[in-house]
Amino acid sequence: MSVSPKPALPAGPVARLIEELHKLPGIGPKTAARVAYHVLRMPEAEARSLAEAITDVKEKIALCSICQNLTDADPCALCSSPDRDRSLLCIVEEPLDILALERTGQFKGLYHVLHGRISPMEGIGPDDLKIAELLERLKGGSVREVILATNPNLEGEATAMYLQRLIAPLGIRVTSLARGLPMGGDLEYADEITLGRAIEGRREI
Amino acid sequence: MPMPKTYKTEAIVLKHADLGEADRLLTLYTPNTGKICGVARGVRKTKSKLGGHVEPLMRCSLVLAHGRSLEIISQAEILESFLSIRSDLGRTAQALYLAELTDAFTSERAENYPVYTLLLDSLRLLERSPRREIFSRYFEIQIASHAGYAPQLHRCVNCEMPLKPVVNYFTPSGGGVLCPDCAHTEPVVQPLSVEGLKILRLLGRGDYATADRLQMSPPLAQELKQITQGYVRYLLERNLGSADFIERLRNEQSRRESVAR
Repeated sequence: MSVSPKPALPAGPVARLIEELHKLPGIGPKTAARVAYHVLRMPEAEARSLAEAITDVKEKIALCSICQNLTDADPCALCSSPDRDRSLLCIVEEPLDILALERTGQFKGLYHVLHGRISPMEGIGPDDLKIAELLERLKGGSVREVILATNPNLEGEATAMYLQRLIAPLGIRVTSLARGLPMGGDLEYADEITLGRAIEGRREI
Repeated sequence: MPMPKTYKTEAIVLKHADLGEADRLLTLYTPNTGKICGVARGVRKTKSKLGGHVEPLMRCSLVLAHGRSLEIISQAEILESFLSIRSDLGRTAQALYLAELTDAFTSERAENYPVYTLLLDSLRLLERSPRREIFSRYFEIQIASHAGYAPQLHRCVNCEMPLKPVVNYFTPSGGGVLCPDCAHTEPVVQPLSVEGLKILRLLGRGDYATADRLQMSPPLAQELKQITQGYVRYLLERNLGSADFIERLRNEQSRRESVAR
């Protein structure tokens, strides 16, 4: 019985590029190969600019020492802006949540990013989040209200309850985002917890 | 006969993990199929009609479809949301511990109806009654028993003589209690008081109501905790994250109380 020959592998650097691309989320071996060959055909300037963009984010982006958001300047643009209300502090799980809240244009205070949520079953405890930094920040005394904007699921709510326990004794007002019905949704599909809280938090029109 | 495309079942959601852009992978415990994993598509979007119905620690009614490797959740509705557990951090932590133990002691698609009723009854109990440590001990012994690791509490595991009302020794590796004469036969043993043994027997029988009425001194509670948690850790060969979290909450609570005083 003859041993079938190994399929011809692409040359070293190409194989390496495929392998690196394959590590990215959502990119399987076929897509990785396709992207790698696309890069090979790119004008050199474009390929160089892609490579630079990648090294730049790793070299220039760091966490803001105040709010822990990703930033290229420390303190970040939000923390150093004179137009923001320094007495309001909104706590979010991830940097992307800030983008979502900023899109509303409704919030003029500052943020604090936890970089995760408490999830005991995954072994993520309070020490794995930016909670010590938050408490240090609150000691400054300028914050009058903390708005907990963690996700409305079990882990997010547990994180919010945990923070409430820590912050309330400091004499700072602790609020959380309202729970209710999403725009464009249908009442009949709402779960009983959301609907219950929507009734609780009803308002005059 | 070909399998039907979709089927209905009720389930308790043990845990969830993010999957892809907006999906979640759920670990479910069902009465008739045991533990199964299912994908809930798009549940992380705010407008998802499934999202609020399949959160961890909820009992829900589901319509599932057979997927290639995982089940796909096509419809969901809450049966019991255990709201008073979720709105209290201490109870949430305890309920997560129950879910983590259930997940750790069961394997996929192994039907075990008693485990389902144990978990459901325990969640209902937790929802009504004040938090007590003995509750975690009860669940630890019960889930181990349902998984086939009931500790032997009436006879010495070595010489098989009935245990006398003296200080005996608990051995995780031997799966039960050793009499003082046999205590040297296992490498790791822990002294077990007469009171402690009595409570372990109650919990082993599933008599939570009686155990709950007992007044327990802090040293006795500590003794029981070391024994049952040590046994669980020996069986699972790992620490459980939610047990550490309960411990942390309790320590912070007592620290706050001592500051207030």
